[in-house]
Amino acid sequence: MAKITYIEHNGAEHVLDVKTGLTVMEGAVKNNVPGIDADCGGACACATCHVYVDDAWLAKTGDKSAMEESMLDFAENVEPNSRLACQIKMTDALDGLVVRLPESQH
Amino acid sequence: MSEKPSHIVIIGAGHAGGTAAALLRQYDFQGPITLIGEEPIPPYQRPPLSKAWLKGEADADSLALKPLEFYAENGIDFRPNVQVTAIDRQAKGLTLSDGGSLSYDIAILATGARPIRLPIPGADLDGVLELRTAADAEALKAALGPGKTVAVVGGGYIGLEAAASARSLGANVIILEREARILARVACETLSTFFQTYHEARGVQFELGASATGFAGKDGKVTSVILADGRTLACDLVLVGVGVAPNEELAKAAGLECARGVVVNLDARTSDPSIFAIGDVAQRPMPIYENRMFRMESVPNALEQAKQAACAITGRPAPAGETPWQWSDQYDLKLQIAGYPFDADQILVRGDPTSNKFAIFHLKGDQLQSVEAINSPPEFMMGRQLIGNRKPVNASRLADTSISMKEVAA
Repeated sequence: MAKITYIEHNGAEHVLDVKTGLTVMEGAVKNNVPGIDADCGGACACATCHVYVDDAWLAKTGDKSAMEESMLDFAENVEPNSRLACQIKMTDALDGLVVRLPESQH
Repeated sequence: MSEKPSHIVIIGAGHAGGTAAALLRQYDFQGPITLIGEEPIPPYQRPPLSKAWLKGEADADSLALKPLEFYAENGIDFRPNVQVTAIDRQAKGLTLSDGGSLSYDIAILATGARPIRLPIPGADLDGVLELRTAADAEALKAALGPGKTVAVVGGGYIGLEAAASARSLGANVIILEREARILARVACETLSTFFQTYHEARGVQFELGASATGFAGKDGKVTSVILADGRTLACDLVLVGVGVAPNEELAKAAGLECARGVVVNLDARTSDPSIFAIGDVAQRPMPIYENRMFRMESVPNALEQAKQAACAITGRPAPAGETPWQWSDQYDLKLQIAGYPFDADQILVRGDPTSNKFAIFHLKGDQLQSVEAINSPPEFMMGRQLIGNRKPVNASRLADTSISMKEVAA
């Protein structure tokens, strides 16, 4: 288990224990956190699990694949710390991760 | 007026039904929710069944939309292994297959669709399989393996995805398609040709224009497919993927308006204001295509309609009309499709299909109706936006790969 804090756009915080091996997207969806739509269920096909990774954690979440990069390039309100949550797998090293959710996934 | 909160019964625990239950709680619906599913497990994702699941790269936990505890913790009475057998709309009552009954204030039909079975001799032999449920996928996975030969009847997405997975497991694959090309109903010719070539290069054999007229077997187990031209093809198992039919019988028997699916309005409401219908079973208007009615079999459609119904029930503003889309993963190919090529008068290809990275655009005048993108996320993402916002598109710029998709759309 590793802790993730999801912060909705309206400021509401969800602090959850997520099984390592699951993705940050799965952690949100399985716990019914609003604001991550994840239409494709993790196939990196839709860009509806866009999150902003807290700067302190950004390096630890690893590099974006070319596919993720180019999907994100066309999402709304992309920032340098934008990631697709389905592409970040939880590990013990990410215990304590903080991500913020955009206003909308579309 | 009664202050007792409404009881919502969701009939069908697939992707649409499960999502509707979760969204109602996200949207602060406080009343009781009952979620009725005919399968033994809570709602799960079907798309991985033909892909990651078949290849052993996904487990039951990762397939589940929510963990089982979620339902009890959120006041959702999830009832597996049960079907609704009748709706009494006057009494607002449901008859259940386990002999029980339920009353509802609002019902949501999310009964999905079922694979069409071939009405040919031998279709009931062991080893003649279909792929819709986790149990189907489990049976298919158990039957596949190195050196096994699977005959796939139907060259649609399910068949092609399963073929790609079967090849990666070392099985031999023959795809039988009745039409002159694969994906005949759902993709343009360029894409059909591309996929066939790609599969052939990975050892898949195709029989086009080939109708299966029967299956032969030994000791109750399938051993070959019999074709209309008299040939027989030996196989160890058969996967039938020739399309699905909506599970609309319950709605029809209750007198709800049906037309190849349960007819709904923009709120996903049926002809009975207390009953909604969502997902594969619904025949729905599409705002971006002048409210043309159609029935879609995709996860994005299930999610959108779950949202429509949950918004209408909780008094939230309706979601903005979406651009329909879907995807398919085969080998290292990612196909992403947005829109439908209604009334298209021009098809243009951006990029070179032999590079395995290209997109096909379908235009109606200067408006983009649909895009089919292979390993091309920018073309898909920008194409999807252009389909949605109806911005005029310059065809020659669209076909020119030296101009980025952002510039094309600027």
